[in-house]
Amino acid sequence: MSAQAEPAGASGPAAAVAGTAGSAGPEVVGGPAVGTRRRVRSFSLVAGGLIVALIIVTALVALIWTPYPALAVDPAGRLAGSSGAHLLGTDQYGRDVLSRLMSGARITLYTGFISVLVATAVGIPAGLVAALYGGVVGQAVLRLTDILYGFPALLAAIALSAALGASTTTAMIAIGVAYIPVFVRVTRANALGVLASEYVMAARAYGRRPWAIVRRHVLPNIATTIVVQMCLLFSLAILAEAALDYLGLGTRPPAPSWGSMLQQAQGYLHSDPALSLWPGLAVFVVVLGFSLLGDGLAELFDVRARR
Amino acid sequence: MVRFAAHRLGILVLSLVGASVLVFGALTLLPGSPAQVILGTQATPQSVHHLTVQLGLDKPLWQQYFDWLHGMVTGALGTSYVSQLPIGTQIWQALQVTGPLVLLGLVIGLVIAIPLGLFGALLQGRATGAVLGAIGQVGLAVPTFVGGTLLIIVFAVEFHVLPASGFPEWSHPGSALKSLLLPAISLGVVEGGIISRYLRTSVLDLLQSDYLRTARMKGLSMGQALRRHGLRNAMLPLVTVGGLELAGLIVGAIVVENVFTLPGIGTLLLTSVNNRDLLVAQDIVMFVSGTVLVLNLLVDLSYRLLDPRLAGRS
Repeated sequence: MSAQAEPAGASGPAAAVAGTAGSAGPEVVGGPAVGTRRRVRSFSLVAGGLIVALIIVTALVALIWTPYPALAVDPAGRLAGSSGAHLLGTDQYGRDVLSRLMSGARITLYTGFISVLVATAVGIPAGLVAALYGGVVGQAVLRLTDILYGFPALLAAIALSAALGASTTTAMIAIGVAYIPVFVRVTRANALGVLASEYVMAARAYGRRPWAIVRRHVLPNIATTIVVQMCLLFSLAILAEAALDYLGLGTRPPAPSWGSMLQQAQGYLHSDPALSLWPGLAVFVVVLGFSLLGDGLAELFDVRARR
Repeated sequence: MVRFAAHRLGILVLSLVGASVLVFGALTLLPGSPAQVILGTQATPQSVHHLTVQLGLDKPLWQQYFDWLHGMVTGALGTSYVSQLPIGTQIWQALQVTGPLVLLGLVIGLVIAIPLGLFGALLQGRATGAVLGAIGQVGLAVPTFVGGTLLIIVFAVEFHVLPASGFPEWSHPGSALKSLLLPAISLGVVEGGIISRYLRTSVLDLLQSDYLRTARMKGLSMGQALRRHGLRNAMLPLVTVGGLELAGLIVGAIVVENVFTLPGIGTLLLTSVNNRDLLVAQDIVMFVSGTVLVLNLLVDLSYRLLDPRLAGRS
């Protein structure tokens, strides 16, 4: 649809929902069903899905096979360029870069997964409680969320690492905790919408208990929104983990995390810039993949979830 | 509005207290005494005791907490026990690098975001629009430290036009700005990507709004309708997002400063964490989180002022 031609979507069903959306914050609004927009977005879905699938397969393969062991040092073959033996060359200890990248995919997915798990395992139940109980309990949850919200994830992780010492676990937990408020808010906002619907009122009328309603009606209805949010959060979590690893506050060397690989490669920027490019590219592709997938899913499910 | 402001102010105070308790607790609840941690395992019990008294760690916890809080408020932050420099001065000097870096990053972000978001939405459905949308998406996936590394490779290693690291004094404004340019670009690209996404959504909403259709119906051209009615509304999110992203930029600067070895807040924080200079780390974390929380409040308030429609909602 072009701006210069017809007033956009004026005759379509989209016009009915236009203008109702808040400008920021995760709200569920029916997305415009304009043909071109949908086609562009389904590209997001396909591209994001393919990238994510590729990363998952790589990580799974790395579990059983990499060209060389990711930690195998070869002093004679230091900083070698790409060749038949080492497709992406070797690093400053003669370790095979491709093998390390493959193992790094496993670490990246694992840490991202745990972070999102922490955020959802606490955030979703808390959001449901806040939606179900308006009284002191609900208010307490909301106020706690307000306090946590806006506290930067990376800063929380740095502080936690400073106190507890740098480790993968510290980084995963800190990032997960920092994103709890996002899930509380999304869950609560969407659950409130479902709870106000007529079929929930009907379920209440014949005496179904609140948590049974949550299980039968609320959760299935908010599932898609949650999945979209998880996807977007996954990309943010990976970004934050990589930054922490880069700063030396997350997964420590010699473990082949992409962030610490990039950090170490930076000492060789002048002699061997490619060594920095590979892990950087890997982080970029994975983050892009998950964020595309999230966007594509959002469009597929008609959910508006971009932060 | 007053009620809303009071409510938000209350949350801010609670958040600040919560953050201070967490930050203070993180240091205090460390296993072993902080003095032992500072001096290492070789220290004699006498020197540990001496430092404990010197740091005021023999006082009750609540008194230590209020002493620290009092110092944060009055600016009397004490002296770092690693560098022996006053902490307030160290933070103030670091701010003279981080402050300009963050502002420059925001400007670059907006310069990137406004055309991307605006034309990406207006040309929606055409190839150009799709490409502009895709650029925004790609931009926000570039981690600052990856973008920074790339910029160093291109501009410092290959072409030698901009410095890869370090920072001269502000007494040489030209070369100081030059040193900030690459870091600010790596910050700005990410922020530009994020802000352009908001702007794009907001302009897309605008294009489907009833009032824009009415404006077109009464005979205004698309351009006139956008100028008179549309863009003011569509630009509103820029205030919110710009403010929120300012907070994001401050945190992003922590990472970027380490890529370009700039002597800012981020480098100071990382150095103090690595040196176990916990007093400095504690103060910086508190300072940065306080700044971010205050920024969030200002954004919320300004948004209310700019959009009277929100006044009725709580």
